[in-house]
Amino acid sequence: MKVAKWAVLFLAMTLMAVSPVLAKEAIKIGAILAVTGPAAFLGAPEAKTLEMLVAEINKKGGIKGDKIELIIKDSGASPEKAISFAKQLIEEDKVFAIIGPSTSGETMKIKSTAEEGKTILLSCAAAEVIVNPVAKYVFKTPQKDSYAVIKIFEEMKKMGISKIGVLSSNTGFGKAGKEQIEKLAPEHGITILVNEVYDKAASDLTAEVTKLKAANVEALLNWSIEPAQSIVIKNARQIGLTVPIFQSHGFGNIEYVKAAGAAAEGVIFPAGRLLVADTLPKSNPQKAVLIKYKKDYETKYKEDASTFGGHAYDAFMILAKAIETAGTDREKVRDAIENLKGFIGTGGVFNFSAQDHNGLDINSFEMLTVKNGKFALLPEPATPKKK
Amino acid sequence: MTRNRHLQVFLLIAVIIATQLATMLTDTQHYLTQLTMSGYYALVIIGLCLLIGYAGQISLGHAGFFAIGGYTSAFLTTYDLSPVRDKAFIVLLSRMGLLVSTEDLYGGQVLHLHPWAAFLIAIICTIIIAYAVGGPVLKLKGHYLAMATLGFGTIVYKVVLGTEGLGAADGISDVPGFTLLPGSEVSGKLSQRITNYYIAWGLVIFGMVLLLNLVHSRVGRALRSIHGAEDAANAMGINTGRYKLNMFVISAVFAAIGGVFLTHYNGGIGPSEASIMKSVRYVAIVAVGGMANLWGALVMGSVLNFLSLRGYFGSYDDAVFGVILIIIMLFTPEGLLRRDLFSDIREVFGTGKDRGERA
Amino acid sequence: MNIELFLQYLVAGVTYGTIYAIVAIGFNIIYNTTGIINFAQGEFVMLGGMTAVTLHAFLPLPAAILSAVIITMIVGAMIEITFIRWLASPSVLRMIIITIGISILLREIALHVWGAGVKALPYFTGTAVSSISIGDVHISPQVLWVVGVSSVMVICLNLFFSYTQPGRKMRACSTNRTAARLCGINTKNMVTLSFVLSAGIGALAGCVVSPITYIQYDGGTALAIKGFTVAILGGLGNSMAAVAAGLILGILESFSIWVMPTAFKDVISISILLLILFVRPSGLFGSKEAAQLKEF
Repeated sequence: MKVAKWAVLFLAMTLMAVSPVLAKEAIKIGAILAVTGPAAFLGAPEAKTLEMLVAEINKKGGIKGDKIELIIKDSGASPEKAISFAKQLIEEDKVFAIIGPSTSGETMKIKSTAEEGKTILLSCAAAEVIVNPVAKYVFKTPQKDSYAVIKIFEEMKKMGISKIGVLSSNTGFGKAGKEQIEKLAPEHGITILVNEVYDKAASDLTAEVTKLKAANVEALLNWSIEPAQSIVIKNARQIGLTVPIFQSHGFGNIEYVKAAGAAAEGVIFPAGRLLVADTLPKSNPQKAVLIKYKKDYETKYKEDASTFGGHAYDAFMILAKAIETAGTDREKVRDAIENLKGFIGTGGVFNFSAQDHNGLDINSFEMLTVKNGKFALLPEPATPKKK
Repeated sequence: MTRNRHLQVFLLIAVIIATQLATMLTDTQHYLTQLTMSGYYALVIIGLCLLIGYAGQISLGHAGFFAIGGYTSAFLTTYDLSPVRDKAFIVLLSRMGLLVSTEDLYGGQVLHLHPWAAFLIAIICTIIIAYAVGGPVLKLKGHYLAMATLGFGTIVYKVVLGTEGLGAADGISDVPGFTLLPGSEVSGKLSQRITNYYIAWGLVIFGMVLLLNLVHSRVGRALRSIHGAEDAANAMGINTGRYKLNMFVISAVFAAIGGVFLTHYNGGIGPSEASIMKSVRYVAIVAVGGMANLWGALVMGSVLNFLSLRGYFGSYDDAVFGVILIIIMLFTPEGLLRRDLFSDIREVFGTGKDRGERA
Repeated sequence: MNIELFLQYLVAGVTYGTIYAIVAIGFNIIYNTTGIINFAQGEFVMLGGMTAVTLHAFLPLPAAILSAVIITMIVGAMIEITFIRWLASPSVLRMIIITIGISILLREIALHVWGAGVKALPYFTGTAVSSISIGDVHISPQVLWVVGVSSVMVICLNLFFSYTQPGRKMRACSTNRTAARLCGINTKNMVTLSFVLSAGIGALAGCVVSPITYIQYDGGTALAIKGFTVAILGGLGNSMAAVAAGLILGILESFSIWVMPTAFKDVISISILLLILFVRPSGLFGSKEAAQLKEF
């Protein structure tokens, strides 16, 4: 796998060396991704997705005859490296656009650099602050955290739940979710009885869930993206906490379901439709895109496609689409992205505007559950459970 | 000896100017960005070199001091005081000219503490913490010292990561530039690139001169005696404890200054700057540089950080530093660039029982 | 807080504590024979777990665990022979740096071999949700496995050090290496043996705890820091004290959640460690006099 990556890198380098001979200059696209380090579960599939897409497009002859040259920089989720790489890509490689970074902390650090360098930045990080307030050149493809929270709260309302316990991890993902939960809970008539942050490397969370049990919560809402989210549900079930368990869209990785085994059954969480692509009705506009991406990725890399790789897919395809319509003038491409409507991606249907640099609405999330060790759409209406 | 030292410093200044001119002539000015950043890391590393190489005390928590400096300054210069601008204390600060108002990315106004004031507070905090921690920690030896400093580093990391006011996992963004003198500010703006290069390396020159004078003074001789045989030094009437503590504080301040300036230059700081891996990396670079060799630490500190920041190590960044550590410690525990090839080699590293490196 | 909750926290604490103790014992074995702290001990735990998961794909569970332990032991021996054996009385600082380097290296190798994904062995008995209930207190059967295996391990180690020839030789090394060498004990072999032993213990720990905690390429560091804390808390080199210290720390952490935010759980445990280091560097159960005689 690594060898393959090096091979691709090498290929890219040779291409770069030969490209002047190939007459037309390639469009340079930079990517700053956390391929290794603590956020590798985001960056690694994102990098693989981009490599796959670029190879595919170049095989077809590029975008309107222009080949794409991809420069991936591994930031290891360190903001200082992301800053250095962003400046390098903008000032030195003079890239057309940057895809990434994978995490919100890094994105916030390079936002002003991208603005100053007038370079389009398509972030793969979820936090709302990236596009709110709107910065001219900064876009993002993952769905907003607030939508995920609202989806969950609406589901809770249907099930008659009002008192919940919230657990989140001490990462950017956990923090962003926690903030939205705290902000939105009052509007939806939800009371947070327990609100705990645990370490992302936590090995056992029995004590935390015991605290929830003691507070007699009606549901457990966990917001994290690390293995700890499987540990939480396991420990909860072990100590006999039988209330419904809600997770964030970070749960959309089948590895965590496998790890949690029987405990994962019945967990409810919002996620993009990629995870249930096969079971979507034919009428769903996203179905074709999702199935193609999933199949391509899984045949190429022999591992399950995740929604995170999907964020990079969307970022790249949006950029490609904009270049196709507006040519290779950066300002025009930026305007083209801002005016892009009805673009079908893996995360949902994107409708950008000058006020909305994310372009997704709440319908981009679907409520899912785990059934027999697989992701499935949550049956509607959910059966209200009595505790 | 003294003349030799002056010559070295002049050589350093010449190299710094030559590098800038070279980038200008070859139109590769973008290298200055990473060179500036590695300058600040080099500042941390020469400070740590003083502690490890000359005072013989390991610290696996120096990234903690870097973070204390950086975070204090970042917090104080981003915390918006406008909602409380009528409070007596704030009015007082404002009258003293300690507050400035800057425009953020979206056109809003942020009223915050002046960077100079924030800088001073950051350094004072560092000195207090360094004395408080260093006092008891430096009484320990060997594994206990390593573990205690590691523990300190971990605490700083976890506090930074767990405190919402410090941005938790996201860190602090949108830190304004640090106006040193009118017209020259520490910030990542393109127009200030050359100025910032000289600010960073000017600090490094200043730091080097200070440290070189220190290690060649009476203090330096006392330090070397501590490193060689602490008990003997004690018996000779050298207050080893006080010397060690002062060196610890000096190296902490160097780290904190690096932290403050780099945070303003980058416009933000994240928890990764406080991580244990960062501390280990600093130790690795000091080791490669030759432990008790300030020039080695400086050269290696700037070269390795420059390569790392340019992304030359790709996904093997941490692995590279791990391998460097092992190889250097196995084969040349005195480091690649030795202070003096002909004498003191054994003394440079180890506690005296370190005779005959290889069996 | 009612009695059930109290007991439930206690059970959680015992689970944490046993995991910490089992890692701390690995530290102690190497420390005893060599006087060095092996910062790569956490990586042995990770390697053991990872190898077992990989082997479990085509081997039954007990065979997979056994092979994983043996493989990790071989890795331990190889590490000692390659990096440590030929160094004549290296200084403590040098050994600390070398073992840190080894730990980084093992972690990076694991990352490139197994990827960043999370792995776990299945529960030895029952499933992820099964638990043994005593009144309102619930215990996962795996916790009993962890406690059981650790107890057996501690007993076996004690027997090994008291009654077998190699065990006694290792103890002789720990008391006085030079004297042991003069008595005809091959101290170098004893050091290798200590690495093999602690790698094996780490690997077994990794296998037993992996259903509970999961294994990830960088999971070793967090465990190592906790294990190290416990080893020092109990007094370096004292395995029985490590068990007690582990339980104390685990229970303390578990109950701390009841009264304050979990985000600072580790800050508390490390602060306790620093306090102990400043006040009683010989550990809770170590004797001050003995500590002064030890080489650092």
